[in-house]
Amino acid sequence: MEAIQAFQRVVDDPGGYLKTLKAKRKIIGYCCTYTPEEIIFAAGAHPARLFGTKGAIQRADAHLQSYSCSLVRGVLEDALAGNLDALDGMVFPHTCDSIQRLSDIWRLNISSTWHNDVVLPVKLNTASAQEYLADVLGKFRRELQAWIGAPLTDASLKNSIATYNRLRVLIKRVYELRSASPAIMSGRAVNTMVKGAMIMDRLEAVQQLENLVQALEAGTGQTARSTAKRVILAGSICNHPEIYDIVEKAGAEVVWDELCTGSRFFEGPIAEDGDPLAAIARRYVGRMNCPAKHKDLRSRGETLLHMAQDHTAAGVIFLNFKFCEPHAFDYPYLKEMLQERGIASLLLEIDQELPAAGQLATRIEAFIETI
Amino acid sequence: MAEDKPRDPEKDKLKIKSAKKMRDIMTAYYIDAKTARDNGKKVAWITSGGPVEALHVMDVIPVYPENHSAMIGATKMGGQLCELAENMGYCADICSYARSDIACATINGGPIGGLPAPDFLVCCNNICGTVMKWYEVQARYFNVPLFIFDTPICHTDFPEETRRYVEKQTVEYITFLEQVCGKKFDFDRMMEVGKLSLQGQRLWQDILDTTMSKPSPMSAFDAFFHMAMIVTLRGTQTAVDYYQELLAEMRERAANKIGVVPHEKYRLLWDNLAIWHKMKWLSEKFAAHDACLVADTYTSAWCSSMKYLDEGDFLKSMVAGYTRIYLNIGVDQMADIIKKMITKYDVDGIVMHSNRSCKPYSLGQYDIRKRIQDEFGLPILMIEADMVDERSFSESQIETRIDAFMEVIKEKKG
Repeated sequence: MEAIQAFQRVVDDPGGYLKTLKAKRKIIGYCCTYTPEEIIFAAGAHPARLFGTKGAIQRADAHLQSYSCSLVRGVLEDALAGNLDALDGMVFPHTCDSIQRLSDIWRLNISSTWHNDVVLPVKLNTASAQEYLADVLGKFRRELQAWIGAPLTDASLKNSIATYNRLRVLIKRVYELRSASPAIMSGRAVNTMVKGAMIMDRLEAVQQLENLVQALEAGTGQTARSTAKRVILAGSICNHPEIYDIVEKAGAEVVWDELCTGSRFFEGPIAEDGDPLAAIARRYVGRMNCPAKHKDLRSRGETLLHMAQDHTAAGVIFLNFKFCEPHAFDYPYLKEMLQERGIASLLLEIDQELPAAGQLATRIEAFIETI
Repeated sequence: MAEDKPRDPEKDKLKIKSAKKMRDIMTAYYIDAKTARDNGKKVAWITSGGPVEALHVMDVIPVYPENHSAMIGATKMGGQLCELAENMGYCADICSYARSDIACATINGGPIGGLPAPDFLVCCNNICGTVMKWYEVQARYFNVPLFIFDTPICHTDFPEETRRYVEKQTVEYITFLEQVCGKKFDFDRMMEVGKLSLQGQRLWQDILDTTMSKPSPMSAFDAFFHMAMIVTLRGTQTAVDYYQELLAEMRERAANKIGVVPHEKYRLLWDNLAIWHKMKWLSEKFAAHDACLVADTYTSAWCSSMKYLDEGDFLKSMVAGYTRIYLNIGVDQMADIIKKMITKYDVDGIVMHSNRSCKPYSLGQYDIRKRIQDEFGLPILMIEADMVDERSFSESQIETRIDAFMEVIKEKKG
């Protein structure tokens, strides 16, 4: 598929791709789905999601202990190694303790980029937290506007929101088509598409996705009904597309996910009428949450249960980053809630490098056999 | 220790006499907490940096899982409880305070047979984001209300919107307490408790400052022991009375040149939480090198925001007071505070505990180390360990590193 190849190219060489965009606009890096990308895009800048380094971690070891997660270490490694020279700025929404300190370390060591902290509330379920959230987004808008040096109007925000809504609807459409007939596209290709759409110019990404959806819709009906077992991936980001290959080889399909490189990115439309910033804030409040944010005591578990029900999945594979506390704290209760409804789960703790391929395959195969 | 053993008067002189009273107070406090229900009182679990004063106003007994986990560590029961938590599905990389507490709650284990079950939970994230996840687990386990007091990190400044948000939460917190306790909040009582809290903090800082004397009358290891009061009984007359007594004793020791390390030659600063399961070993190890850890960034954190507090209007001033504490600020501001402490306590070197359990405290230490080395050229030792989980302690390796570090200090100072 042509669209997937386009996404693959930017995923393979994000630094090179961003350099080609740099001539036209400022590039702002981020590493969290609570980044108000819509505001960055409205300002005429380009938001680029960072996923960590593909190489070994060396330079970051001078700043971060070995017990921090591979995302935090990997993003810093890329910055120190000069792989992110295309960045003009970096935005840090408040996520977890590690990202909080990454922001400080970045501010003190990477002087070439504009630096902004969007210190979001940790709870999303009270009126005062929601007001504060709106205040923080407003402040980000003002500071971004001052740095860019051009007015950031409500009209441009609304246009940006419309673009993002379209982008998210299209990705969700691909997920729906795939949930109905998994054979139309590999799990690896889905992972590439989402990651690519977070790096690529958003208008170009929308165009590629329109083509992809069109091609997939034209092809549905031609694929045989899949007999594969159905599983869901849960966690933060998936940097190892091999996992999809292993699952497929073992006779199963990832039919949906609860990932930042997945549904946490595309779920939740933003209202296109009314105050645009308030609408962006409402999306964060209503959308399925990341475990670093408090909504209530069981909403993540309920989200997963609904997901499994809606997509008739028999199992959940948790892809937790090693050293990621928010996800690690949630795992026991999520596993229990799923178990009570007869849904099996498997926990994979993922570091910078995957465990030996054979070992991982054996664990995944054994899990798939039981569901 | 055998009673009939002849006492060594020289060693007796070094002992801090108030320590016995401290043990008695803490024992009485835990008995009160464990019998709260019999006495018609409510129990709240609260984080160590949480706004406890309002609980005293409501006659609620505050209980600190963090203090309890430190006790678990000190009694070397951490490894076992952490392992139990791991068997429950909690990954071995998460905070050992949380792991020990989560496991302990299910078996009423640990040195005091577990904490009394909470009627409600108060979680303030000024120390870390970990506590929010930890308290969510306990709110599910005990099925009790959870109040999250959200204090956004002040990376470089204290913005107006943050102040507004925390101020609103102060009002929400009081409403929450009125609901769970079924009675009105007494604002006059709040004035008294606020005064006692601030008085306790001032006394605690004064006690820590007696270590400016040479030799130092106490060490960071003593501070780790005596801090329990500023954490658990902050805002009470008991803490004020006790600290007055301890301060008098320390001042007297300083005046009489009684050092806690008999031949103090080298003065060091400790960074990060204590390694609770190795306190005695570490204290003796450094003392054998004639080195005294005269100050630390941890115990002083409980008076790190005194300058923002106003006893005339505690509730209003605690907005900044609880948000702008040490840890809830940028790494560069933390480095600046350490720099001031280096001069104030006249230290020759720094021991940094790189604590696997505490990311907001530990991530950034390498940058702090570099900034301090660039400016002061001080020797800095980094020990990787864990505050509670003794399984993460490599004794022979750490011993070798301490010896090598002390050699450098000795060569430098002569």
